Amino acid sequence: MTTISAPPAPPRPKRRAGDRVFAGTAKGSGILILIVLAGVATFLISEAVPALTAPAEDIPGGEGLGSYVWPLIVGTLLGAVLALLIATPLAVGIALYITYYAPKRIAAAMGYVIDLLAAIPSVVYGFWGLAVLAPTLVPFHEWAAENLSWIPLFAGPASASGRTMLTVGIVLGIMILPIISAISREVFSQAPALHREAALALGATRWEMIRMAVLPYGKSGVIGGAMLGLGRALGETMAVAIVLSGGAGATLNLIGSSNPSTIASNIALKFPEASGLDVSTLIASGLVLFLITLVVNMLARWVVNRRADFSGAN
Amino acid sequence: MAKRIEVSDLDIYYGSFLAVEGVNVAIEPRSITALIGPSGCGKSTFLRSLNRMHEVLPGARVEGKVAMDGQDLYGADVDPVDVRRQIGMVFQRPNPFPTMSIYENVLAGNRLNSKRMKKSEADDIVEKSLRGANLWTEVKDRLDRPGSGLSGGQQQRLCIARAIAVEPDVLLMDEPCSALDPISTLAIEDLMTELKERFTIVIVTHNMQQAARVSESTGFFNLNGVGQPGRLIEFNPTEKIFSNPDEKATEDYISGRFG
Repeated sequence: MTTISAPPAPPRPKRRAGDRVFAGTAKGSGILILIVLAGVATFLISEAVPALTAPAEDIPGGEGLGSYVWPLIVGTLLGAVLALLIATPLAVGIALYITYYAPKRIAAAMGYVIDLLAAIPSVVYGFWGLAVLAPTLVPFHEWAAENLSWIPLFAGPASASGRTMLTVGIVLGIMILPIISAISREVFSQAPALHREAALALGATRWEMIRMAVLPYGKSGVIGGAMLGLGRALGETMAVAIVLSGGAGATLNLIGSSNPSTIASNIALKFPEASGLDVSTLIASGLVLFLITLVVNMLARWVVNRRADFSGAN
Repeated sequence: MAKRIEVSDLDIYYGSFLAVEGVNVAIEPRSITALIGPSGCGKSTFLRSLNRMHEVLPGARVEGKVAMDGQDLYGADVDPVDVRRQIGMVFQRPNPFPTMSIYENVLAGNRLNSKRMKKSEADDIVEKSLRGANLWTEVKDRLDRPGSGLSGGQQQRLCIARAIAVEPDVLLMDEPCSALDPISTLAIEDLMTELKERFTIVIVTHNMQQAARVSESTGFFNLNGVGQPGRLIEFNPTEKIFSNPDEKATEDYISGRFG
């Protein structure tokens, strides 16, 4: 009878100094992000505790934290979603035009101009929205209040100044346009020639080729870009603070003269004069914004991963 | 169904660069025509000019005439999209659409013709095309899975199924086996022999045994030097090309002697 000796221990893989240093730095960077995130969350929660535990009548407004933050949540989401609805189709169209339709020279120039939009400070967008866009949109506000008032979004009565959620949504849409279009352009231009040619060889027109081989390939990138844009729109402070005459209760009416403010702009406007429990309340609203962005990003991940098998990454 | 292609005085350009010069050839229906020659000699370029895929690249154009059963493919009123619907193509690297299931991949071309298809009709086309590509038994239980999950040889047969699903007149194959192992290659070669009953097949290949095994006619492309246009040196029945070619250059290439 033969005895089976234990197999020799596998030779330890040789560890090279360069590999170790690189792995260490990469791991360190990853951990650093988590620490920063945890630090922000801890700060927000600990500073918000007084507001979370205070009796309702001590919160500004006198009706508790929930009714203080609720209009702000509605305002924030309304403006950001409106911006996203305006910017995403436009950005995808621009990206497709630049990557697949425009002559080379026009494409390069246009890409540059769009990127330039991202370099404009938000204060400038705010003043442009206040001084140019808002007055220009007043006739549309009136028209919408007359003809579209059966839609809750356009319930009216129309604002005379144009400083409404609609105007804010448009300004925010223009602000996030470069982010979404830059990322869409990048992923569209990387759609593999192999699959584009496969579509063309089947007799696809250019648009059909884009639908078969480019859009499905770029979908997760576009969603990612849209979420980055949404993140910026949710957190945008200055432009909203300048354009919107906010501070009213929650409403879906986009064109009225009394609008809810957004979380970020409310913090910016109220913070300089706040003290004690007011500060705590503002920070609690910041915590809510933090949670909203977290949920939005998780939703986006979930959407992107749902059909990972078919993503083309395998 | 299978149609005859006649090419006369075809010059093919990339911008101002003349890539292929003066091709005259008649490609017979219901047969396999192989194109051989060294890399860069223009055989793939020529193949792509047959279904107007050449002009997809910016600046690419042709001069001369390509006619399919008498119809000029480069006529002023001919839409390249229609040409490509009649002349299918299989590429060097398998390229099923990664975002589509196997089922949808087969139907991709049919969906383009934007006819409303009944479910049963679509099922029939899928089964018939996959059977035609000798892939049905391997994938019939996972038609809803992504095509990119198949092996390389299976993916290439899926691409062939996709190409024949629209019932083209001609099937162009650009080195369809060069990314495949010998067993998958054999499967594709067997498939070509079956398909030639129904289609005109033109295949570009670097594998001379493959050309000798499957084709009825063979064209040899060559170029005189870098920067010179490629030319069709000789076009003859495959037997003659491989036993007693007319041109010295052909014999040198086939026997592995150059210069």
